[in-house]
Amino acid sequence: MTRYLLRRTAILIGSLFGAAVALFVLLRLLPGDPANALLPVGATPEQIEAARRELGTNEPLLTQFWTWLGDLFSGDLGTSLISKLPVAPEIAARLPVTVPLTLAAFVLAVVVAVPVGTLAAVRADRWYGVVLNAVAQFGIAVPAFWVGLLLVTAFALRLQVLPAGGFPTGGWADFGPAVESLVLPVVTVALVMSASLIRYVRAAVLEVKGADYLRTARSLGASPARALWRHGLRNAAVPVIAVLAMELATTFLGAVVVESVFALPGLGGLLVKGIGEHDFPVIQGVMLVSTATVLVVGFLGDVSQRLVDPRLLHRSAS
Amino acid sequence: MRRLLASLAAVTALSVLAACGGGGSSSADGKADGAATIQVGSVYEPQNLDNTAGGGQGVTEALNGNVYEGLFKLTDDGKVEPLLAKDQKVSDDGLTYTFTLQPNVKFHSGKALTSADVKASIERVTAENSKSARKSNLSVVKSIATPDDSTVVVTLSKRSISFVYNLSYVWVVNSAATDLTTKADGTGPYKLGEWKRGSTLTLTRNDSYWGTPAKNAGVVFHYYTDATALNNALLTNAVDVVTSEQSPDALAQFKNNDSYKVNDGKSTTKLLLAFNDKVAPFNKVEVRQAITQAIDKKKLLTSIWGEYGTVIGSMVPPTDPWYEDLTSVNAYDVAAAKTKLAAAGFPNGFTFTLDTPNYDPHPTAATFIKSELAKVGVTVNINTITADQWYEKVYQKRDFQATMQEHVNDRDVVWYGDPTFYWGYDNKQVTSWIDQAEQAKTTDEQTALLKQANKQIATDAASDWLYLYPQIVVASSKLSGYPLNGLNSQFPAYDIVKS
Repeated sequence: MTRYLLRRTAILIGSLFGAAVALFVLLRLLPGDPANALLPVGATPEQIEAARRELGTNEPLLTQFWTWLGDLFSGDLGTSLISKLPVAPEIAARLPVTVPLTLAAFVLAVVVAVPVGTLAAVRADRWYGVVLNAVAQFGIAVPAFWVGLLLVTAFALRLQVLPAGGFPTGGWADFGPAVESLVLPVVTVALVMSASLIRYVRAAVLEVKGADYLRTARSLGASPARALWRHGLRNAAVPVIAVLAMELATTFLGAVVVESVFALPGLGGLLVKGIGEHDFPVIQGVMLVSTATVLVVGFLGDVSQRLVDPRLLHRSAS
Repeated sequence: MRRLLASLAAVTALSVLAACGGGGSSSADGKADGAATIQVGSVYEPQNLDNTAGGGQGVTEALNGNVYEGLFKLTDDGKVEPLLAKDQKVSDDGLTYTFTLQPNVKFHSGKALTSADVKASIERVTAENSKSARKSNLSVVKSIATPDDSTVVVTLSKRSISFVYNLSYVWVVNSAATDLTTKADGTGPYKLGEWKRGSTLTLTRNDSYWGTPAKNAGVVFHYYTDATALNNALLTNAVDVVTSEQSPDALAQFKNNDSYKVNDGKSTTKLLLAFNDKVAPFNKVEVRQAITQAIDKKKLLTSIWGEYGTVIGSMVPPTDPWYEDLTSVNAYDVAAAKTKLAAAGFPNGFTFTLDTPNYDPHPTAATFIKSELAKVGVTVNINTITADQWYEKVYQKRDFQATMQEHVNDRDVVWYGDPTFYWGYDNKQVTSWIDQAEQAKTTDEQTALLKQANKQIATDAASDWLYLYPQIVVASSKLSGYPLNGLNSQFPAYDIVKS
């Protein structure tokens, strides 16, 4: 296990570095100069050059990269070109919206998807098993922002029971309103996420349903439900855990997209604004935090998968 | 580029709005609530809080006239009126301006306003690292003297009739204040409260304001990146007013609803089909006139904005003092367009490339132009480009035949006097009139000269001014006293009353 952990950690660090390089290079390949976004029409070439010097965008790319990477190690994500504020606190200020949204949506998606997916598999031959599967299939095809708009129309505009968007000025100090403002976004993300999760759970359960050991358990006198509970679910859990890690990452990205539909002051809003303003440090910061989250969650998923199924550990060690 | 032009208006704008032109329905019953906080919805979040450091359109909207004031203010109907300047004297040669300051004015920090603050404030705009677009206009300032605490004497290097108008863009800030990108210290009727980036900016009433105090307890600007989310906020009463509706599609839901009022104000944003007047075939006046006459602008406006917006026939919007309805100049006339094309040597038309910014309304308008011009035998290749490409290809390199762009500023017809500007219009007579207008002794003289120049520019079809955008403010019908025209993106909130 130690050897596996070491190897997997090395891969994690390597991927993080690779992601940082890719991010940096890709952003510089984009057309457009942040200096232009700062200056009014009629700016002289001298003014533009001065703005570039001020922003550091006149330096060679490699110099810019090493400066950025060096700062990164000291926890400094740079300073926004536009607002002149440090990026790290900006990102930290957005997390109290994005993190609860992501986690709540993820938990809700899992709570819905595991029983529904299992039911869809166990009753795959009944009409409601087929219907559940079809609904999940449909759900995968529906974009999250559209679901969000539908929910807003129904619950905010028609029924007027929940806010259409925004987050209380006081933040989590206004606990009730803060929770209310996250209900629709959470449901939006969870609905879309659970659709694909249901399909995974269903497929995993279907696979173990036909497995030899389950048949053996049945032949020893276990009821179908007991056989599935005792022997099926743990085996079905292995592929689902791998998917869950990925799904948590996807939920996070889904949350970022849905934030703008609900005008939530989270990471998504910061990213969209950063892109509009060519604010490289902001884009890099948000993307790096997002990428790192995805990679770390993947890492935790892989490790826990091996805890659930020790066979994998031996297979990967050999 | 929309952002760039917007920031032009914005980065620069520094003034105070007048006792704004009222607006909103005067709510029938119910008393005004002086303790009410007004919730304002906007898509323009400031980039930072300093209008000389690239704060953008949003900082003008939220802080101009509300938190910061100038020596003069630009009213909602486009007039310049004194604000922190109690009195002004101009020398006979027009080179020396002596301003007496209002007495008993205090900054929010408690410090009294002195002439030294005014001097420092003007110098902030003209400073080397200033990103204000008024920087070049104020380069006529030769020196600023402060003989006593309440007197400012500004000496100009040459006459500038627009000097006082340009001063309406200069925020008077506490000369000792620091960190103005995140803090504020002005003299206005509101103090800056908390700015939660990505979400809200709060202003609270300044109870020791030197002038008439605000009629409400405060204002919260709520920022949205998504127009639908913004409209939903208004529909669910999360905000009371939307400063500027960006799309006509959403208006129907407010229009037929007694709880809301849709206000059709005058903007200063013009949509231009800008020719490159220096390159063939648009270096020929007849060709530009023919193209102008071949496009039915009324129809274009209706197809994009429905009943809103105005066709003005020139660069000058109705809120500029030198406005004239010039829609009759080079008016829509397909037969005349064909005759002019033939006379210019293009009896069978020609082909040109139209560099079209990729965001609304440009692609739609470009398609319309293409179909209109096909009727006179002219083929348009629509080349869609990003805002950044526009800035580089069109604005900096002048590598284009024709393009489309929004020009948001007021009083910007004077750019046709600069032959080096991107559209390359070069008429010596016009340049001279525009120069003379700036040197004029009276505003009447200035107005007369600029009217004359504008008429010539329109006759020469220097560009084709497709239409003037509407400025649509949608508000709860409980609200009154909000500005209608949003000149230079200002949104003075002090007269807003919620009943």
